[in-house]
Amino acid sequence: MTKAGTTVRTADPPLPVVHLPRRRGVELALIVLAVLLSVYGYCAVGLAQHGTVPPGAAGYGAGLGVLALFAHCAVRLRAPCADPLLLPIGVLLNGLGLVLIYRLDLETPGDRAAPTQLVWSALGVTLFTVVVLVLRDHRVLTRHSRTCVTAALVLLTLPIFFPAVNGARIWIRIAGFSIQPGEFAKVLLAVFFAAYLAANRDALAYAGRQVWRLRRVQLPTGRVLGPIVAVWLVSVGVLILERDLGTSLLFFGLFVILLYVATGRIGWIAVGLLLASFGAVAVGWLEPHVHSRVEAWQQPFASIEAGEGPNQLAQSLFAFAAGGILGTGLGLGHSVLIGFAAKSDFILATAGEELGLAGLSAIFLLYGLLVERGYRAGLCTRDPFGRLLAVGLASIVALQVFVIAGGVTGLIPLTGMAMPFLAQGGSSVVTNWAIVALLIRVSDAARGPDTDDGQVMP
Amino acid sequence: MTRHIRHAAVFCALLLVALLVSATRVQVFEAGAYAGNAANRRTDIARYSGPRGDILVEGRPVTGSRDTGEQLRHERTYTDGPLYAPVTGFASQEYGTTLLEHAEDGILSGTDPMLAPLPLWNDFTRARSPGGDVATTLDRAAQKAAYDGLRGRKGAVAAIEPSSGRILALVSSPSYDPAALSGNDAGVARSWARLNGDADKPMLNRAVRQTYPPGSTFKVVTAAAALDAGVITDLDAPTDSPAPYRLPGTTTSLTNESDRCTDLSLREAFTWSCNTVFAKLGVDVGVTDMAATAQAFGFNDTALRIPFSVAQSTFDTSVDRAQLALSSIGQYNTRATPLQMAMVSAAVANGGQVREPYLVERTTRAGGATVSAGGARSVRQAMHPATAVRLKELMTQVVTEGTGGNAAIRGATVGGKTGTAQHGVLNVGTPYAWFVSWAQGDDDLEPKVAVAVVVEDASVARGDITGGGVAAPIARAVMAAVLTS
Repeated sequence: MTKAGTTVRTADPPLPVVHLPRRRGVELALIVLAVLLSVYGYCAVGLAQHGTVPPGAAGYGAGLGVLALFAHCAVRLRAPCADPLLLPIGVLLNGLGLVLIYRLDLETPGDRAAPTQLVWSALGVTLFTVVVLVLRDHRVLTRHSRTCVTAALVLLTLPIFFPAVNGARIWIRIAGFSIQPGEFAKVLLAVFFAAYLAANRDALAYAGRQVWRLRRVQLPTGRVLGPIVAVWLVSVGVLILERDLGTSLLFFGLFVILLYVATGRIGWIAVGLLLASFGAVAVGWLEPHVHSRVEAWQQPFASIEAGEGPNQLAQSLFAFAAGGILGTGLGLGHSVLIGFAAKSDFILATAGEELGLAGLSAIFLLYGLLVERGYRAGLCTRDPFGRLLAVGLASIVALQVFVIAGGVTGLIPLTGMAMPFLAQGGSSVVTNWAIVALLIRVSDAARGPDTDDGQVMP
Repeated sequence: MTRHIRHAAVFCALLLVALLVSATRVQVFEAGAYAGNAANRRTDIARYSGPRGDILVEGRPVTGSRDTGEQLRHERTYTDGPLYAPVTGFASQEYGTTLLEHAEDGILSGTDPMLAPLPLWNDFTRARSPGGDVATTLDRAAQKAAYDGLRGRKGAVAAIEPSSGRILALVSSPSYDPAALSGNDAGVARSWARLNGDADKPMLNRAVRQTYPPGSTFKVVTAAAALDAGVITDLDAPTDSPAPYRLPGTTTSLTNESDRCTDLSLREAFTWSCNTVFAKLGVDVGVTDMAATAQAFGFNDTALRIPFSVAQSTFDTSVDRAQLALSSIGQYNTRATPLQMAMVSAAVANGGQVREPYLVERTTRAGGATVSAGGARSVRQAMHPATAVRLKELMTQVVTEGTGGNAAIRGATVGGKTGTAQHGVLNVGTPYAWFVSWAQGDDDLEPKVAVAVVVEDASVARGDITGGGVAAPIARAVMAAVLTS
């Protein structure tokens, strides 16, 4: 694919017909494999729990397959040069998530989440298809960056007016449906950051006054930097108000990465780390909700010693440990002991217990591959907006996976977040499909034969 | 910009590596510690995931498993729970296991590595062997006879096959139903509180975990020591023993129930259970030989397992002569479990050899293949074979002519010894009624059974409490059950 990019760049207008390896067939084959793997997992759960193949296996496979095929057709039609790995990875992770949620549903007969999740997945794939079909060129989005940032800020602010759930004000509940607006906001904000930084990156990188007469320390002018810092401050501030620490960390990381990539100033990382540690210490001290999480992270077994039984994190660690290297097998673990968040924030513990370190590593590598393909699209596309957008979206996935997986394995303090595609949560699934759709769009531009700066107005 | 995108990509790759390292740390290096954490329910869930193996009496299970469909799926059930409780103990999800359920837990719950088809197979497949069975040595009829004989009175019975050490009956009364402790619901907690609060201590295994002053039944040991030490050479020669007998170095006098004990021969003194004769005999034998003989019978042994542990029976070895006199008639610090006294009786019946008692005949896999077999326990010579022959004669005479007449069985030779043990401050407690005996059917080549019975609170007037009156009929029923089965 790098080859494709260079080929195009060196060729002059009277193009000989270059046969680009579009690899749509590979994509189809991988999608079929992903669907088969999911159906296999579904059957394995049924066999482990009841000794029979679940009656819905065929229907489930057909449903997932049809959805995936729709998406595939949209890609064939409107993004024929797109990266062939992105969509299959999305299908596999989403299918695996459904299997894990279905598996946990069997332990909680009163609370079935898999059917709802399937509906949301269908919605997500539909959104994916719509985005791929309607959005012909990602650069169109730069025109709407103001709309995006307004929408993002409104979405972020909304949950303040709704009651807190489990200590965090991040949900909107209307007529039995609960939506997590912060999920959508992160894509919108990524679009805005990418658009703004792409437009102003020269000003950010080279203008500004020097401080202390040191060459390296040079601040951009407030006029250029001001708006974006303001947006970022507002969003992180709101998230702290809502006690959505995982997402604040995500926005923070996204901002610093994009600023670094756009300006190439290593100083931004230093400033970012400084601010992050300052903020973390301040929030950790002042906010009891956060403070307790940090304590739980340092002493996961404190509640056991206090005679109150294991807390969620301890249960999660028990689940991972029970999985060992090869796992107990799908349907044969006891991660339901984690409690109410087993299907959402802690879904990874079920994967760790039943698929083992082997399965967990495979899942991590799938995410890694998704992120890598996102970065690859960013590297190969030529317009700054596309580059920053792909890097931003890929970084969102990477940071989110790190924050939640690091949390449930005890690497970092736990912050409530949804594992992309795997966890129960409609907003999250839909958002992640939107992310994949945008990455497909950028990668199509990156690998397509008509890549040319300035062909479409920025 | 390209260079910086690559930097950011490297950063993301580092995050991924951190996650992989973290997962490996939890799932490989710390997995053992987490699995062993007491708060981790997985061990319990796995433990109760399958039905527990059974404890068998004469090949038939006296336990069972019930599938509750709960998280801890299988609960223990018991058929004739109170009858076998002193053998099985309980297997409770809430309160753990006791007795055989505890001692053979590895076999019953399926965790014993011996149950795996191949070494390390279960570690590899993460499979769990189905629980194996534990076949006991119990004789169903004897157990039932002993239980019925006690009729809920406080007491215990232990019966042994003298030639092998197989335990044929082990009864403690009053008993309880271990099924009441099986699950983990509120009823179990109530049962637990009720059983522990009961003044009669139904969960106390009186046959092996409670020691009593053996009283006159200990005279078997004293007689064996006297004969082995050569203090007595002729059973019928008169002994130089006054009645009442003033304890050496004190002004306390020891008396007898019977008034014809003065200078009686060992044969007569044994038949009529003369305290004065045996107290003096013990003093004549001396503490060294008395202690050696008592220890050869199994006293002061802390290591006996049948396979659950047995309380230590004691014979005090640091005594003065007055204390030795009392010790020799089963008082002072001499204490014995009913099982220990059955061992004494069995040693006499078995030519002086003490076979270490055992309760587990064999353990098997769920399919029936033997995992391990019982038997082949250690053997100790408690007395000369000739001494055993003479003691058998003495014990037989107790039943035919003396205080043990209630134990006589038609068509069998029965030997016995009664005991009425004083206890409590100034001996005000209701005396314990003891009877130890053995029986040999007329067609049998060797004695088939040795029994010890103790009844704590025989509900009769104090003067009537004698081993012969209260305990001997129970022993007789148990012996008859073994001889006819």
